[in-house]
Amino acid sequence: MLRFTTAGSVDDGKSTLIGRLLYDSKLIFEDQMEHITLSGKRLGKEEIDLSLLTDGLRAEREQGITIDVAYRYFSTPDRKFIIADTPGHIQYTRNMVTGASTADLAVILIDARKGVMEQTLRHTFIAHLLDIRHVVFCVNKMDMVEFSEKVFLQIRDELVKITERLRIEDVRYIPISAKYGDNVVDKSHNTDWYKGNTFLNIIETIEIKKDKNSNEARMPVQTIIRPLSDHYHDYRGYAGRIAGGTFNTGDKVIHLPSMLQTKIKSIDIYSKNQASASAGDSVSITLDDQIDVNRGDMIVKPDELPQSGRDINLMVCWFNEKPVVQGNKYIVRTNTNETYCRVESLNYRINVNTLDKETYITQAWMNEIVNIDIKSTKLLFYDTYNKNNITGSVIFIDEGTHETVGAGMII
Amino acid sequence: MIIKNEHLRELEDEAIFVMREVAAQFEKKVILFSGGKDSIVLVHLAKKAFYPGKIPFSLLHIDTGHNFDETIKFRDNLVKDLGAELIVKYVQDTIDMGKVREETGINASRNKAQSVTLLDAIEELNIDVAIGGGRRDEEKARAKERFFSHRNEFGQWDPKNQRPELWNIFNGYKNFGEHFRVFPISNWTELDVWQYIMNENIILPSLYYTHRRKIFQRNGVYLAWAPFMKLKPTEKVFETNVRCRTIGDITCTGVTISNAESIEEIVKEIATTRVTERGGRYDDKRSEAAMEDRKKEGYF
Repeated sequence: MLRFTTAGSVDDGKSTLIGRLLYDSKLIFEDQMEHITLSGKRLGKEEIDLSLLTDGLRAEREQGITIDVAYRYFSTPDRKFIIADTPGHIQYTRNMVTGASTADLAVILIDARKGVMEQTLRHTFIAHLLDIRHVVFCVNKMDMVEFSEKVFLQIRDELVKITERLRIEDVRYIPISAKYGDNVVDKSHNTDWYKGNTFLNIIETIEIKKDKNSNEARMPVQTIIRPLSDHYHDYRGYAGRIAGGTFNTGDKVIHLPSMLQTKIKSIDIYSKNQASASAGDSVSITLDDQIDVNRGDMIVKPDELPQSGRDINLMVCWFNEKPVVQGNKYIVRTNTNETYCRVESLNYRINVNTLDKETYITQAWMNEIVNIDIKSTKLLFYDTYNKNNITGSVIFIDEGTHETVGAGMII
Repeated sequence: MIIKNEHLRELEDEAIFVMREVAAQFEKKVILFSGGKDSIVLVHLAKKAFYPGKIPFSLLHIDTGHNFDETIKFRDNLVKDLGAELIVKYVQDTIDMGKVREETGINASRNKAQSVTLLDAIEELNIDVAIGGGRRDEEKARAKERFFSHRNEFGQWDPKNQRPELWNIFNGYKNFGEHFRVFPISNWTELDVWQYIMNENIILPSLYYTHRRKIFQRNGVYLAWAPFMKLKPTEKVFETNVRCRTIGDITCTGVTISNAESIEEIVKEIATTRVTERGGRYDDKRSEAAMEDRKKEGYF
């Protein structure tokens, strides 16, 4: 299964690319096709507009823009894909961050006529910020530059500079025309100079490091299973989804925050006992000793303790109209834990169009990316985001409105 | 045709994680149970998520009164096995109280009236979370849905102002009177659901398998015939082998002409089909944004 996010600006042809992908791989159903044909006619379009497949809300179709993250699904015999299609304009930076937060790979579109622009840098930076390690650049609208290799290479050279600066590990470049289908599913005869694979071929075969998170064992506790039935009178299962590494039955483990050591008695998935379970598995763990375990606690291994503290430094993307200023208090929620925090200082803002650090800031507005220090009311256990994006990420919740106002990655 | 299964494990782990978040973050919790395959899968996932404990949810059925008989029998047996509480609310009661007016005419359906009955039930029982089997691949408005979807005090959905959902951190905070709809199988496709049913040996109502039924055709969709339905003069009822691809209110559930007797045959059929499952749902054909509009009003 591959989860990827697509970013591009208004008119870069992002929705068209996805539409083309589904259309050429014969994954558009008859009733969907009938639907967008009708919808296009109503909007006065002559050709079939493949972008209508992904723009789902009434306002999106009418304005011809993507407002929110839309999720699309398709599979080929080799892989299942989940696409988070996100709007690319700067005022939707937060939506891009949202789409990128669950992605293994980012697809970034560039208009061949316009070349690398501010927004390309922004989209690439967001992929980097969210620690996406595979990036595919699609240089789109090649049909409008006569499928020129020179244009493509110029753009590629500029992109190489950016990705080297951001140290992105795995980068691919493809010349495409989403509108006409060149190099999307089928290899194009218009670009004989391009020796690489088609877009579909790349996303079908790219090897995604599933061990992106470090192999230190982490199990944040979600809830406690206590049947209290005659048969399972003493059963006390700590339910959660393993966030890193592997646990084996019999392993010595530490419970946090108590720091008490015990052993794993059993690892249960439904009615079956497992010898071991790894990152991604939803399990119920029972322990040898009676320890007071609550939601939000963590089970780890003795020689792999996470960091702990109340003073935490993070990169934050701000999501709300009300800006964040020093001294503000929020609920801070990790995977399963939460507490209150105060913003101690705003250190700098990243200018997402130039990647410059802007210091001496007093507040951060919606869609801005800033580095801040917080102090939490209780001790938190965490990893850095680059080490583990589950135990290293948080959201900020406004106590009054209950809205999710920011997303943070621990440094 | 070879179908790989490793992704199903990941989807199951994700759905169980979401179910457990619901258990931890809310008070009065229900699964919206229609007797359809998606809600049956939800119940199965809930069983797995809390084993060996009982599921911490009640089942809520909004009964339009236009059911396939078998659905009700199936529901009652399932509830008995589960030992869970079943709450049934009737659209007929809502109509009798004068809260909605029954649709008349050829395409009359109680589909829209269900929202009113559902919202009344949520208010009356102080339900703060209703777990649904909605999937993002079903319909374009649903593609914008969150796992944890906030509903205001009127039960309405505001698609343009949804809470961002990052990583798998779910914010279930709300004010009194507001509630959440949660969709644990958001990321599943129709084929995923059928493959999962096959792998897990989940028992379904036999309506999903081939059977003889009286049907008629309307706007390119085959509909099951029932005595209370009004037909246009050109519409002819005939009997043939069909199976249901979705099961809902009988007035708007399309059927597929099929001889599929086993789950394996159904999976094969779905994997090669060229029409989406909601393509047979008459309720979605009313207008381009039919689902978006119903969802804003509080629909499932």
